[in-house]
Parts: sequence; structure tokens; C-alpha cells
Amino acid sequence: MRMNILSAGPLTTIQDEGRFGHMASGFSPNGAMDLRSLRIANILAGNVPGDAALEMTMMGVTASFDCDTVLALTGADMSPLLDGEEIPMYRAIPVSAGSVLQLGMAKSGMRGYLAVSGGFDIPYVMGSFSTNLKVGLGGFAGRKLQNGDEIPLRTAMNPIFIGKRVTVNPDTYPSEITLRVVPGPQDDYFTEDGKRTFLSTAYTVTDKSDRMGVRLDGSRIESKNGVDILSDGVATGSVQIPASGTPIIMMADRQTTGGYAKIATVISADLPQIAQAKPGTKVRFAAVTQQEAAKIYKKDVQRMKMLEYQMLMER
Amino acid sequence: MDALQFLPCGDSAVTVQFSQQMHESVNRRIRFLATELEKGKVKGVRECVPTFCSATVYFDPCKTTVEKLQKAIERILSHDTQTADFQKRVFLIPVCYEDEFAPDLADVCRLNDLTREEVISIHTGTDYLIYMLGFLPGFPYLGGMDPRIETPRLESPRTSIPAGAVGIGGKQTGIYPLASPGGWRLIGRTPIKPYDAARQEPILYKAGDYIRFCPISKDEYNAILAQVQAGTYTVEIREETVCE
Repeated sequence: MRMNILSAGPLTTIQDEGRFGHMASGFSPNGAMDLRSLRIANILAGNVPGDAALEMTMMGVTASFDCDTVLALTGADMSPLLDGEEIPMYRAIPVSAGSVLQLGMAKSGMRGYLAVSGGFDIPYVMGSFSTNLKVGLGGFAGRKLQNGDEIPLRTAMNPIFIGKRVTVNPDTYPSEITLRVVPGPQDDYFTEDGKRTFLSTAYTVTDKSDRMGVRLDGSRIESKNGVDILSDGVATGSVQIPASGTPIIMMADRQTTGGYAKIATVISADLPQIAQAKPGTKVRFAAVTQQEAAKIYKKDVQRMKMLEYQMLMER
Repeated sequence: MDALQFLPCGDSAVTVQFSQQMHESVNRRIRFLATELEKGKVKGVRECVPTFCSATVYFDPCKTTVEKLQKAIERILSHDTQTADFQKRVFLIPVCYEDEFAPDLADVCRLNDLTREEVISIHTGTDYLIYMLGFLPGFPYLGGMDPRIETPRLESPRTSIPAGAVGIGGKQTGIYPLASPGGWRLIGRTPIKPYDAARQEPILYKAGDYIRFCPISKDEYNAILAQVQAGTYTVEIREETVCE
């Protein structure tokens, strides 16, 4: 039972929700950049929401299956074809042995997710299936996928969702987004002017962005006395301001600690938006309190649980 | 003692700032908190990353709030008796300082006006406190290097430094646990693996432990390397009780 990768695309990795519990030793959490799309893909394929899926960057894979299974595609729209026929995203799609799935360039969004019912038969390393590219750990042989890779599959779950009419509204990826942030931990390193610049001007996503961080271009944010700090912990979504004065949003493959001041942190519910932002996307920031952010977090978790419930009720 | 500050890091993390200045006693309090949180007694805590002057605590906002966490952390730290003896764990790391592994040792000697023997004797003469791990898995930020061997970083960093390389970068010294680009001056190499994915604990040491470098010859290096590869080498650990 295998998925054969005929064309891997520029950066395709296996990711789940991330490798936790090892940050104190210096291991990045890794995991899907857009956790919402990962979870929805898994729910549709009949998996546990946090199971591993393929994360495909900018361009998708072409792959054949040597067994019957069920798959689901979410995130960036890569114009999916199954044996030459268009198939919908955000739906459970039955696949028969010998079929070929062909994905193209992302029309909207940056990262597409492909979940296969039952998941991949790969080792669970240090509490996760996620690929750590820097260390060469986890995922498929610790690396990005290459043409010719044969990914072993687990037995497909009872494909209860095939043909289900449950509609999941796909996320949309507009060319201008607003990210909600909680100010801190080092907002006091910046002048009032600097903080105003951060919250009132539009920044642009640059092509120097990757799984470590999304680099933005735009007005410089003024610090009081420089941005060097004694290294401290860096959470996902941290908005780091290096000496250049323009923000970097720290993402899944970030270092666990860092020596630059962080003016704010993007809330979890808005991370999928920045994970899917193509170079050129305009980004604005809006401040919320940590209490408000906690409420939004809980609502987001609730939304995902509702979706799972809805799928099960359709059985 | 500085007052604790709780700095928000988004919806699911908070950085507990102990002080603005690094000090062994501050680090011990941070380690105490990290160890207590690791025991899993505080509801909603996912993990804790100790650093120089702070600890970043990751939590599940569905299970706790910042306010509850703050109270729990303050309660834990009120039980930290600063005067008590503490257990010191020192990892004895064999290092070969011979030419093949020490491309920058001559520069360290020249810039500090010391002989090779003096640099090696100074470098191996201290127990270094691991303040924190970061940058790479298992990369230790060590404190306590003798200022006589401080050496500025290379002007242009190397694109690849092998795993096990031991170097000096400014006021700091350390080991590269994985192959990586880097700008530190390389003065030796250890045959042991600070990071080994196959080990129960993939990283040998934790923040709060100490490292002592022990000089070995090329022959000893090769002998230890063979044992490491066969899985029969155990890094020696010296444990001692320190009375304050």
C-alpha cells in the first residue's frame, strides 16, 4: 500500500501538528504551517485532526496510488485532477488502485494539504510525524519528498465520509489581510512612534519567507535603544524586529530562542492566514489583549470540534 | 532579588522574566521553576523553555488562564529555598585539540598572546554552566569562560561546521551538536554525540547542568569515536553537592 510520488514539487514535507516537549532542548516544533487546513483535511479523510498530511508549497505533487483509499485536499488551490478529471477540494474523494492525482501551481494561497485516509506508515519520532528539515528528523526519511519516493500507507479508515454532503467553506486568501496580535513580550523596547508605525502601516510579504519565518517589508519600526536582548523563548507567531527595523513573523521551523526584541505575537487563529500569504500580500496588524486572544482561541477550537461532530452526525 | 514580570507571548505562552542580568543564582531559580513545571503539576502547562534570565511557559488556553498560571508560578517559586545545597551535574566532554580539528586555535593563541598549551589549559580548567539550549538542538549557551581566551567571531562565517566541533565566539564557548553554518573559532572536536536521535534522551544534557572539557590525543579521539559508533561509550558525569 503505497503512494508513489511521480513529481514532488519544490517543497513537499510530511507534517502533523508539531513535535512538542523538546523545545527546552532546542528542537523547533515544526508541524503544519496552516494547522486549520491540516485539521480539516484530516477530518474529511476520516483521520484524527492532528494526523500527518503532505504540506505542499506553491506547487503540488503528482502521485499514483497502488491501493483503494480516500483523500482530501485543503488549503491552497492547486487545481486538482484525478485521472485527468477535475475534483473538488474540501471533500472526501475516493481513489481506486492505479489512479493518478495531479496537482499544479497554487492559484490562491501558498500551501496545499493532502490527507490520505489512515495516514502514512512512517516512524513516530520524538512524539511526532513532522519533518524537521534542519536536523533531518521525522517525516519521510527526515527530508522533503523527491520524485520516485514511495510513501507507505496505512489501511484506509472505513471511508464513512465518501460522498458526504457536509460542506466546509474553504478559507479564502485575500491580497490584504489583518493579523490580530497581542503586544509584547518586548513592546517596551520600541518608541511610541515605532509602536504606532507597527499598528498603522501596511507591510508586504517578501519572497524571502519560508517555514522559519515570514519576512515583511515596509516602514521601519523605531526602537528606543536597539533591539538586542539576552536570548529568550520565541513562540510561534512572534513578531521579531531585527536591526533592519522590519518585522519577521516566526513560524513552525523557527529557532526556539532568539536575541531580537519581539514587539508582539500573532494570535493562533490568524496564523493560517499568514502561512497562506503569497509574496506581495499586504499585512496589517491590530492589537488585542491576551484575554481577548484566549477567547478567540477557545472559539477556534470549538469551531473545529463542531466540524468533527458534524461529520460524525452525517454517518 | 528582582520582582517577577509576566510578559505576554500571544494567546498560549508567557515569558516569566526573573531579572535583566544573567547570573548563576538567577539561572538556578529558573531551573527550579522549569523542573517543577516538568513534573506536570500545574494544569494546562504544555512545556517550559528556560533561557538566560527568563522562562517561556507554553500553555493550553482551554485549560488555564494567564492569571491562574501566574499564581501557580509565584506559589512554586515561594517554595524555592535559595540557601539550600544543590546538586551539580558536570558532563566530562573529551575534546581533541590537535591541528586537524583546530583550524582557529593558532588565531586564538595569536590574538590573546598565549601558547597552545595555555589556551588548552585555560579552556579545560573550568566547569561551564549551561544557561540554556537553543539555536540548534542541543547547542549549549555556556557561561563562565575565562576572559583571557575571548576571541572575536570570524568575519565571514563558515558555511559548514562538522558535528562535535568545539569553538569560541566572543565571550562564549560551546559545541556544535549538528553540522551547521557558523562563525565561531574552532579549537577542537569531541568524538561524543551531544545529539543522538537513537538515544532515549536525544540531547545529552539540560539547561542547569555543567560541562567540563577534557583534553585527549588523536589516538584517544579515535578510540572513543569507535566506542561511540559501537554504542558502548558512556559520557562520564561528575556529581557533587554545592553548599551555598
